[in-house]
This record gives sequence, C-alpha cells and structure tokens, in this order.
Amino acid sequence: MDSAWCDLVIDPVGNLLVAVVLMAISGMPGLLIRRPGVGQRLAVVVTLIATLSGAAGVFRILAGAAVSRYLVAWPLPFDGCELAADHLSVLFLMPLLLATACCALYGRAYLPAEQHPATEKRVTLFLGLLSASMALVLLARNGVLLLLAWELMALSSWMLLTTDLRDAQVQRAGTVYLLATHTGTMVLYLFFSLLHTQTGSFVFPADHSISSQGGIAAVMLLAALIGFGAKAGIMPLHVWLPGAHANAPSHVSALMSGIMLKVGLYGILRVVSFFQTVPLWFGWLVLLLGGVSAVVGIALAASQRDLKRLLACSSIENVGIIVLGLGMAFVGMANTNHLLIVFGLTGAFLHLINHALFKPLLFLGSGVIIHATGTRQIDQMGGLSRRLPGTGLLFLAGSLAICGLPPFNGFVGELFLYLAAFHEGMHAPLPFMAFTAPLLAVVGGIAIITFVKLYGLLFLGTPRRPQSRHGHEEPAAMLVPMVVLAAFCLVGGIAAPLLARLVIPAVTAYSGLGQSLIMELVAPVPLLTVSIMNAVLLGGILLIWLLWRQMVLRRPVASTDTWGCGFLAPTARMQYTGSAFAELSGNIFDKSGTPSVRLAALQPLFAAPSRFCPAATERMLDRLLIPAMTGVDWCFSWLRRMQNGHLYLYMLYIFITLFALMVWSYL
Amino acid sequence: MVSLADQLLVLVMLINFIMLGTSRLAFAIRAVAVQGVVLGIIPGLLHQFSGHLLMITASMILAKGIVIPWMINDAVRKAQIRREVEPFIDYVPTLLLGAVFTALAFVFAQRLPLAPEHRELLFVPASIATLMTGFLILTTRRKAISQVIGYLVLENGIFIFGLLLTDAMPFMVEAGALLDLLVGIFVMGIVINHINREFSSVDTSRLQALREE
Repeated sequence: MDSAWCDLVIDPVGNLLVAVVLMAISGMPGLLIRRPGVGQRLAVVVTLIATLSGAAGVFRILAGAAVSRYLVAWPLPFDGCELAADHLSVLFLMPLLLATACCALYGRAYLPAEQHPATEKRVTLFLGLLSASMALVLLARNGVLLLLAWELMALSSWMLLTTDLRDAQVQRAGTVYLLATHTGTMVLYLFFSLLHTQTGSFVFPADHSISSQGGIAAVMLLAALIGFGAKAGIMPLHVWLPGAHANAPSHVSALMSGIMLKVGLYGILRVVSFFQTVPLWFGWLVLLLGGVSAVVGIALAASQRDLKRLLACSSIENVGIIVLGLGMAFVGMANTNHLLIVFGLTGAFLHLINHALFKPLLFLGSGVIIHATGTRQIDQMGGLSRRLPGTGLLFLAGSLAICGLPPFNGFVGELFLYLAAFHEGMHAPLPFMAFTAPLLAVVGGIAIITFVKLYGLLFLGTPRRPQSRHGHEEPAAMLVPMVVLAAFCLVGGIAAPLLARLVIPAVTAYSGLGQSLIMELVAPVPLLTVSIMNAVLLGGILLIWLLWRQMVLRRPVASTDTWGCGFLAPTARMQYTGSAFAELSGNIFDKSGTPSVRLAALQPLFAAPSRFCPAATERMLDRLLIPAMTGVDWCFSWLRRMQNGHLYLYMLYIFITLFALMVWSYL
Repeated sequence: MVSLADQLLVLVMLINFIMLGTSRLAFAIRAVAVQGVVLGIIPGLLHQFSGHLLMITASMILAKGIVIPWMINDAVRKAQIRREVEPFIDYVPTLLLGAVFTALAFVFAQRLPLAPEHRELLFVPASIATLMTGFLILTTRRKAISQVIGYLVLENGIFIFGLLLTDAMPFMVEAGALLDLLVGIFVMGIVINHINREFSSVDTSRLQALREE
C-alpha cells in the first residue's frame, strides 16, 4: 500500500479527512439509484462509518497523538491548501460527529424515502454535504478553503431548509436565511482580504502572531465578529435564526442549531487566536453581546407559540451564554487575569458541548411530536405523554438539561461562569463582571418557566384539538438517536469531572497557559460534589418511582381527564394555553410578544364578543429590516429601467462597455 | 503567404459589410458561411503544416462553413421568414456605422501594445472590426435569426484574434471554443423555435413581455 494511503488510516488527521470525504459522498450513490430508500439506507451506513473514522481521529488527538498538517495540491492560486486539526477543532468535532450520526439515523425514519420519494435525493445528498462542509471548516487552515467550505455549508443548509417546496413560509425563511448568511460571508471576505494584507498569505498565520494594535486589527476583529457571529446567531444578527430553524426538517434543525451555530463560534475563536492579545474593548463587546443574546433570546423563547421556533429562540439564549463565557475569557486575556481566562473558556466550552447534546435531542423530539400531531403550534397539542411515552421521557430529559437542572449536564458549564463572576465580584479586580451572575440567574429562571410551559402544554393535560388525537406512534429508529443523546446528557451530569477533562485540553491549548496552572485553578470547583449530588438525586428519583409503581400496582386506579378539577364536563379548552402561561415572563422582557386584547364591555346580561390576537413575534425582521430593505429597494428602483427586456439594448450595454474600455486605453 | 492572408482578411471585412447591408436572410447566411470558410483557410497559410493545424482547419470549415449555416437555414425554413423587415436602425445608417467602426478599429489597433511581428499585419484591426460588426448586428436587428448571425460574426472576430496565437493555443482550447459555439447555436435554435411557437413570430423585441416587473 502506498504510504500516503497508509497515513489516512494511521494518522488522526487522516482519519478525520476520511470522515469528511465519506460524509460528503454519502448521498451521492443515491442520486443514481432509482428505487426509493436504497440510497438513503446506504447514506446512513456510510455516514456511520465516517463518524466512526472521525471518532477514531478525535480520540487519538485527545489521547495526545502527534498531529500532522496536510497540504493538498490544488490548482487555485491562493497559497497552500492546508488542513490540520488541533484541540480547538477537536472540541467542535466531537459534538459534530455525534450529532451527524444521530441525525443521519433519525432522518431515515423522519423522512423515509418510501413515503417522501420527492425529497429523498435532495435531503440525503445535502445532509452529508452539510456535515462534511462543517467538518471541513473546522479542519481548514487556509482562508480561501475555509470560505469555500463556509459557502458549501451555507448552501447545503439552505437546500435542506427549503426542502418543502410548496410551503410559502418555508421558502420565505429560506430566502431570509440565504440573504443573512451571504451578508455574513461578505464581511468574511473583507476579513480574509485584510488578513492577506497583514500576513501576505491566505494560509492561517501562527497563533498570536498578528499585532492587535491599530485600526486594521480592530476592523478585522469586528468583521470576524459580524461575519461569524451572523452564523452563530448572536443577538442583533439573529433575524434569520428562528424562521430557519422552525421551518427546516427536524433533524436538519437539530444539526443547524446543535452544530452549525457553534461553527460560527469556532470562527470567532480561531480568529482571535491569530492576534497577540485581545483588545479589552473587544472582550467587553463580546461579553455584552452574549448577555443581550442570552436574556433577549430566552425572553423571546418564552413568548413563542411555535414549538420549533421556541427551541430556536432558546438556541439564541444558549449561544448567548457561550458567548458570555468567551467574553469573560477575552476580557481575562486582555487583563492577563488567569482565573477569568480559564473559567470563561471552560464554561463556554462545556456549555457548547452540552448545548450540542441537548438541543439536537429536543429538536429530534420535536420532530417525533410533529409527526404525531401534524402541527407545530403548542396551543394545539396536549396529553402527548400517553401516546408518546418514550418521547415524553426523553423530551423531559432534554428540557431538564437545558434548564440546567440536575441530574443532567446543563449546569456544569454555567457553574464555571457563575464561579468566575462571583470570584470577580468578591476579589474585585473587575467588579462589573459580577453582574453576569444575576444575569445568568435571570436567564436560567426564564428558561425554567419556558420549558415548564413547553413540557406541560405538549405532554400533560388532554389534547386541545381533535386532530392531534390522530397521528402515528414513535418509531424505534427515531428514538434510538434520542436515547443516545439523552444518555450523553445524563453521563455529563453524573460524571461532570469527566466532561471537564474533555474540554481541558482545548482550554490549555487555546489559553496558552500551563496545564498545571489550569488544574490548580479548576481543582477547587466542586465538580465531584455536583456529580455525586446528581447521582444521589437520580438514585432517589428511581427509588421513589419504583416505590410508587409498587403502590400503584397494588391499588385500583381511577382514570379521568387531567386537570379536570372535579368539573362535571371539562373541555380541553379550559386548560392553560401557552400564551397564558408565558404572559408575565413574555410581557416583562419582550413587548413584541404582547398580544392585542379587546375585552368586551360588561353588558347587563350577556357579554359582547371579545377578541384576543396573539402578536407577531419577528419584530426585528418585520418592523426594522424589511421596511429598511424596502426603502433601499425604492432608492434603487431607477436602476430597473435598465432592465427593460429589450435584448438588443442589453447587447448595446455590452457594446458601450467594450467601446468605453477601448477609448479608456487612450486616456 | 502572409500577404495572401492579409488579402483574405480584407475579404472578411468586406463580407462584414455585406451582412450589415443586406435585408435578405438567406444571403446573409451564405455570406457568413463564406466568411467561415475563408477564416478556416487562413491558419493554413500562416503556420507550418501539422496534424493539429489540419484538424483546426477542417473542423472550422466544417462547423462554420457547413454545419451551422445549414442549421440556421433549416431554422429559417421552419420559421418561414425571408427578410429582416424593420431593423431598429436602417441598413444604410448601419453600413455607415460599420464603416466608422472599422476605421476606429484600425486606429485602435495602432495603439495596442502588440508584439512587433504582429504590428504590420491586418489581424488585429480585422478582428476588432468583425467584433464590432457582430455587435452592430446584434443590437440593431430584431429577428432572432439575425441575432444568431450576429453571434457568429462576433465569434469570427474572436477567432481572428486567436489566429495570432494558433501555435501557442492547445488543441483542446480550440475544440472547446468550437463546442461552445455549437452549443450556443443549438440553444439559439431552441430559443427561436420557442419564440416562434409562443408569439408566432421570431421578433426578439417581443421578449420584453417576459421581464420581471
């Protein structure tokens, strides 16, 4: 065997490259196979093999294997096409591989080719390409290669998002997404051009090699923050996110929300590592944006009436928390405050992995629910835990994890952020930082309200609409990936030190601090206590459940409607609705969620009809961006006269241009 | 040999004027076929004989002299049109414009930073003049068939420029260009067919009904 091919098996980065290629081609055989289902099954198998190969690479790098750089020969004049993996890439690759495997498996059951022959080829091909391009972004060490992968990622996710060609809402969300992602890409072009002027090459510079002083560095940092932040869904740039995640097929939403947003964060992290230090203003800016995203994101989520839109808004919140951690770390880097660097990075990285576990879990769960009920409207569901017991349990696990409740993994990352904030508050090099602790607490509180509402309305009570009584059962192929994700969430909660061990190498590599220093700083964090408490709690819950089961089995049980409250003829409409439940939290933090209400004046005997209209929720998009764009459109409407449909005039334009260029050579 | 090539190029430019001046489509097609054949001969006069050269000459004459004109003729017969009825600019003004552009092409070619061995030749001015003629036909004529002829003339202009580089140009590029042209003509043929069917006319100015408001 040729040694180059040998490398692909022996070398960890080689394994990862094999994984990328396999993922990319996984959907291609299906294009040539006419019989529905064969290509889809083949793609799942190939994707699973790819993720195994990738996992081998990831584990070997984590175990400390030597990492090589690959230089691919390409005909493009943009310097060397370098590929490599370091601990930062690996940190993002771990959840990527897991989510890819889970979503591929789930997608086979979610959109089975036998029932959806029209979408099979599109979804299969682009799902593989999406995963592969995201992995390629993480491995690329050349600006142009990264942009190519970035564009592939944007386009394949757009193709997946707009799978349902007949739904106008899906197409609108797709258009908004495409515009938003390309606006971001445009800014990235600016960034990489500036990088080229600084280093003279498109290959990424060595870590901490560019001066962070001066205007160009500031413009570069801002461009990276805007370009990558638009993909990550940081707050003012989030307009595309709720619509896109809500309208995509559920496993695509899972992949987009769980992984693609994180790839945006990876971009910011990678770019910051180029600079010698981080400017202090940049750290505070990132911190501020993270805080705003977290609070406004969860407030938006609380007032949503669409199941997947709610999950999408909660993604904004979680990205906000991660960005908050990164902001802490950047401020720490600017002030050489080691504790802040280590705790900020550890918290952000932990939360990043956690979110990439429980958010796909929730999105996959929402897919099962949508299958069973045929709607995304929370207010039309109810009582699902009887029909979907497995999904109910798994969705509960995901909800608990996302709220940061024990015994799951959600709190482990936030713990580090809290500790950093408290530490700064008490020892006061940066007393401002202490404000992040109450902020996180508020976010956590609204998150609990939101997910209590969500879980209660979906799974408890009685079905609110007759049509949601129909629908089919949960297939095992959809539950298995969810069980895997939920199991990881549980393990992350019970074995928190293990989870921390997973991200410490990335923290060490990224911060540039010594391992011993980091261990010394992290050692006082009561991770073990958290784990033991979680384990005890889990044991307790299991014990109580067993006892309760014994008691229930012994006694006869009367069954009636939930929340019947002794009423003789309860109807499903007497239950709480989502709007009612979230009214307070929604109204305090986000006025856009306020519904318009017209109460009837009290008549002597009969009340006149009253009206209740839930408000539209996309305020940024509907009230700000679309009017602004309409204005721009109006300003440039005179240009339309050029497009008059006369073929000969078009030719004349070319002719005039050519002629002008010829004459210009005289001047 | 080179002087013969120059005379042939003069012939090419004269044919340009024929195409600008005639209203009969069949005549214009025959003219463009002759132009194609003349252009096919020129490489043979300039360069050393080789298999590569033979291939180019043969394929040029075949494609531009026979296949494409035959296809356009076919389209003309199917669409049942004889002449370009009302061009946007009349024939005499177009002829005058063609003359002006040809003169300008000579002036412009003088100023181009050419290699010394190409300076004295007619290739560059003939190329630019033919290019301009192609553009003139494209912009002033209404019928889709006339526009196809315009494209052909335009391509001939580009080909004349390419003649300077025949030695350096790999065969694949030539073949690619020819294929490109063939595909273009095919597409145009289909377009003509469809315009004819939709509007029962091959007047391209009707296409403006299709623009986005």
